[in-house]
Amino acid sequence: MSDTPPCRIIRPPKGWWSVNWSEIWRYRELLYFLAWRDVKVRYKQTVLGVLWAFIQPFVQIVVFSVIFGRFARMDSEGLPYPVFASAGLLPWQFFSETLNRSSTSMLQSAGLVTKVYFPRLIIPIAAAGGCLVDFAVSLSILAGLMAYYGVVPGVSAILVVPLIFLTLLAALGGGILLSALTVSYRDFRYVIPLCLQVWLYMTPVVYPARVVPAGWRELLFVNPMAGLVEGYRSALLGTPLIWSHWIAAAISACFLFGLGVAVFQSREKAFADVI
Amino acid sequence: MTTPAIRVVGLGKKYRLGVSAERYRTLREALSSATARARHWFRAALHGGASGGQTVAQAADDEIWALKDVSFDVKLGEVIGVIGRNGAGKSTLLKILSQITYPTEGRAEIYGRVGSLLEVGTGFHPELTGRENIYLSGAIHGMTRAEISSRFDEIVEFSEIGRFLDTPVKRYSSGMYVRLAFAVAAHLEPEILLVDEVLAVGDVAFQRKCLGKMTHVARGGRTVLFVSHNLPAVERLCSRCLWLQGGRLVRDGPSEAVIQAYLAHDQREAWEWRRTGATPSHPYVRRVALRNADGTIPAVLTTRSALRLDVECIVPAPRENVRLSVVVAGGLGQPLFSSHPVDGGQPYPTEAGVHYYSVFFPSDLFLAQRYGVSVSLYEPHGSLDHQPYVLAFDVHAVASSSNEGATRRHGILHIPLPWSHRTEPWDE
Repeated sequence: MSDTPPCRIIRPPKGWWSVNWSEIWRYRELLYFLAWRDVKVRYKQTVLGVLWAFIQPFVQIVVFSVIFGRFARMDSEGLPYPVFASAGLLPWQFFSETLNRSSTSMLQSAGLVTKVYFPRLIIPIAAAGGCLVDFAVSLSILAGLMAYYGVVPGVSAILVVPLIFLTLLAALGGGILLSALTVSYRDFRYVIPLCLQVWLYMTPVVYPARVVPAGWRELLFVNPMAGLVEGYRSALLGTPLIWSHWIAAAISACFLFGLGVAVFQSREKAFADVI
Repeated sequence: MTTPAIRVVGLGKKYRLGVSAERYRTLREALSSATARARHWFRAALHGGASGGQTVAQAADDEIWALKDVSFDVKLGEVIGVIGRNGAGKSTLLKILSQITYPTEGRAEIYGRVGSLLEVGTGFHPELTGRENIYLSGAIHGMTRAEISSRFDEIVEFSEIGRFLDTPVKRYSSGMYVRLAFAVAAHLEPEILLVDEVLAVGDVAFQRKCLGKMTHVARGGRTVLFVSHNLPAVERLCSRCLWLQGGRLVRDGPSEAVIQAYLAHDQREAWEWRRTGATPSHPYVRRVALRNADGTIPAVLTTRSALRLDVECIVPAPRENVRLSVVVAGGLGQPLFSSHPVDGGQPYPTEAGVHYYSVFFPSDLFLAQRYGVSVSLYEPHGSLDHQPYVLAFDVHAVASSSNEGATRRHGILHIPLPWSHRTEPWDE
């Protein structure tokens, strides 16, 4: 300890675009521990444990299949409706859960924020970790349904990897944005479930995008989840692959993420004083 | 040894009362204040900015400087105490140095890794086991997994939790919980350690162990900043002391001199305390007052006075495990004893509403010296509202038959003990 240790200067916050990604990288183990804590705690003292990650989406698929598939006879692009619906519903649930949990994460971590320093962005990002685990579990439902109905995925199934990345980006963008806003304005706690409910029907989850009238369809793909849900279907079920929809989804997901991080950064330094 | 560890230059922190008092704003308020601002701006534009001065005055009204113009240097390996009343800015200073909150002006330079211990058990999750919490809490405080693993056995040994290592911490006694939490924090081994009043918790043996650990840390060449109301502990641990008052650094020098000056100047007698400013959403103490046993305001306190301490607590919503304690401390802030409602067969304030408690002190308990009172509301796993040293009072000597020679008694309290006397030896 003879040499002078590195110096850190604390001064009034200036500017808002200063994400310290290298610092977040240094705290990656904390990211891991927080995500691990969420997964552990969620299923502790539950009899069925991780099975819950399986039951919830399963019930919803059954309900949607009966109502939209059997009763309403919704167009499912020639695929068995349960397979069609779950290929959209599971990524959607991954998205909405991630967005929902990361947006409430800052408030739930108020005790940490006021007592110890670490890059705050870790909190909403870590919240996504548990959702990723749930998504992996729930994908086995889709695998089961595909096996049952004899739908065989092609090589294009590998495209699921970039799709998951983009879904995560979009969900985290929204989640990070809302987590920062709920710190100051608790109203957003009530807005989020409402938005997600509407957002579900603005995404081609229970219906294929092609049933949307031509003039409205372009507007549909401003929603990153529209292109992504269609993307999951084409990757796994072999529906037509439309690259322009992918690009639109990638652009809007990146935009959402950038916006979320920018708003978060501009408010981050006041969190401990306001929360 | 001229290497600096911390250099603070003109540090200041301003809070807007509106923000901290209401804790958060709703969107509606933000929108209405935005429209008000727009209207104001519009009117100012019409009248050539004549009404501009009003907003400045308004703004100054609800702003407070929690810290202002604070400058000091800390050398590597120094152990520094920070003393001052509640609201003097001690905690704000530590929060700025640990980067939890940001200063409004000035700057602080920190050389080395900072570990801050502002609360015992930060990041603990009740559902997780002791083992899991050691890792989690270590990671939250900036330790890597490898570092935690290498100190794991030491931490377990220090905490004395032994075979409860794999039990969820929600089943721990509060003593075990605190021991484990402190053990993790004590093994952070940062170059600079910031500690805020954490020794107020835990039993005496453990407090001694913690102080020992801190002395050890200090001897190891680490820099420590220690905030406490326990002045004897500060004096014992720290060679140098900072005294903050109203957000300003009043005195900086050798501990003994600063503490003497602080006691002489700051601790005036106060028989009544009322909460000011923000009302929290959790249970809190609203008022504490010292009265004669019959409820009248005492003219002067003597060793013969029978006293009553009134404590008003507000519990906004029912809360199962709320506990209340009153600690009587000596003139230097050293705790003498604590008392709880259950001692007198009274319930804890768990139900919603206002709770009025009175603790009765018999005559001839206090000696002719200074005492202080701390009141705290807490849960087994954490503090809700800790009000250290809210009252201070001087007791004056009056000889009475039961308290012979009140001025010449040794120690800090007079405890009436039964005696017997005989002229024959005892049997056996």
